[in-house]
Amino acid sequence: MSTLKTLNGNQTIAEAVRQVDPDVMAAYPITPSTAIVETIAKFKADGLISGEFVCPESEHSAMSVCIGAASAGGRVMTATASQGLALMWEMLYIAAGLRLPIVAGIANRALSAPINIHGDHSDTMGARDAGWIQIYSENCQEAYDNFIQAFRIAEHLDVRTPVLVGLDGFIISHSMEVVQVEGDEKIKDFVGEYQSVYPLLDTSRKITVGPLDFTDYYFEHKRNQMAGIENAPGVIQQVGKEYGEKFGRYYGFFEEYRMEDAETCIVVMSSAAGTCKDAIDELRNEGKKIGLLKPRIFRPFPAKEIALALKGTRAVAVLDRSACPGAFGAPLFTEIRNALYDYDPRPKVVNYVYGLGGRDIKVEHFKDVAEKLDKIAETGKVEEIYGYLNLRE
Amino acid sequence: MKKETWKELTIGTINLEAGNSVKNLTGTWRSGHKPEFIEEHCIQCFFCWLYCPHFAILVEDGEVKGINYDYCTGCGMCAEECPSKEKSIVMVKEEVKLAEGGTE
Ligand code: SF4
Ligand code: SF4
Repeated sequence: MSTLKTLNGNQTIAEAVRQVDPDVMAAYPITPSTAIVETIAKFKADGLISGEFVCPESEHSAMSVCIGAASAGGRVMTATASQGLALMWEMLYIAAGLRLPIVAGIANRALSAPINIHGDHSDTMGARDAGWIQIYSENCQEAYDNFIQAFRIAEHLDVRTPVLVGLDGFIISHSMEVVQVEGDEKIKDFVGEYQSVYPLLDTSRKITVGPLDFTDYYFEHKRNQMAGIENAPGVIQQVGKEYGEKFGRYYGFFEEYRMEDAETCIVVMSSAAGTCKDAIDELRNEGKKIGLLKPRIFRPFPAKEIALALKGTRAVAVLDRSACPGAFGAPLFTEIRNALYDYDPRPKVVNYVYGLGGRDIKVEHFKDVAEKLDKIAETGKVEEIYGYLNLRE
Repeated sequence: MKKETWKELTIGTINLEAGNSVKNLTGTWRSGHKPEFIEEHCIQCFFCWLYCPHFAILVEDGEVKGINYDYCTGCGMCAEECPSKEKSIVMVKEEVKLAEGGTE
């Protein structure tokens, strides 16, 4: 039965895990994702889940357990954040290379140094080329919905690619919200039976997983791997639609908010998009033609769809919650600006880095951005392509 | 052997053909030197067989009989480890280069 529950982001992920009940859950607790692991451990101790719960000595080992368990033929999940994800680094690439549909909940958090436990996207953005599908959530409800859909996307036979679901550390992971939790049976039914592909536990077939490739095969195997994530867009849309039909909440690549006649647009992911919506409402009341585009899927990047949604505007500000030292702009910005290159006319695109280490972003900051966008739209000139929000200059 | 295109490969690097490393003729990696077996000196201690990283020591009826050059990479470990008074394996110069390519 569908019920309303008061849960924080971590608990919604744990709740989704209880309902899906994967064969193996392997994780090492790290702030701010600790409560995901803790709650799963409690569910296991209380007999509410039947899968194996493994708490190894590090995140590197946790991902290694996931890889082993998924190769054996199990449905597998993990959760981590920040340094934990960084420590999983080499295993992330292996999970993707072996096409193992592992699902990970990531309570997005800054990376050291300096040490900081608060929310930003440095961790998952650092892993953006690891070959994982990346989904970002605005609130607890989306974290729950995304995590459940992640199993269907990862496990689809055309995709077979690991998926990580990001929820902003503390802002979402620790904030209580009323969440619509669907019935256990309905979720089990939606996710379906797990179908393993070439499981190692099938001893009737002798196979090798992850053998050495030389110069004559590595390239082909890497290209073969990419086909999985290339097949993901159609599956992501199909799963998002099916989820909507079943539970009333539809999902696509991104959300457009008041974009109908927008001349300027702010692009921002995750929890900050919620605050941005308030700013957009206020600006609209003042008569400004501004909208929000909130990317949900970052990998595979829906370049064409985003470009089509933005090409009619005059100025776009892309807000990144991570920096990319030495690069020409932060990750989301470089993707979006690149996606728009082939369109003529195309909007001017600027980049603002915000919220590193959990620094607040408020309605007033979005309004500052809107003002700058107005000026760019009016003059057609960009003074500064790259800037920072709410930073002491 | 025809090499698969990326579309023909099994997903996830999985190799469905158990034991296909016999097709990988590591002997083609050899360059410059090869071991030579001198049967008269051999005390049949099997050190060479134990140390060879490529299972390239030929054994027949329980006796070391020579080298399988299809797989011998010419690393020289057998010759180094051979304990017989007069070496039963010596490394000699090899001028002939084997075929290009690492696999059959
Ligand atoms: S040279 Fe190396 S590979 Fe060749 S037989 Fe001796 S130990 Fe084996
Ligand atoms: S190590 Fe030398 S003596 Fe011993 S079996 Fe090999 S060739 Fe013969």
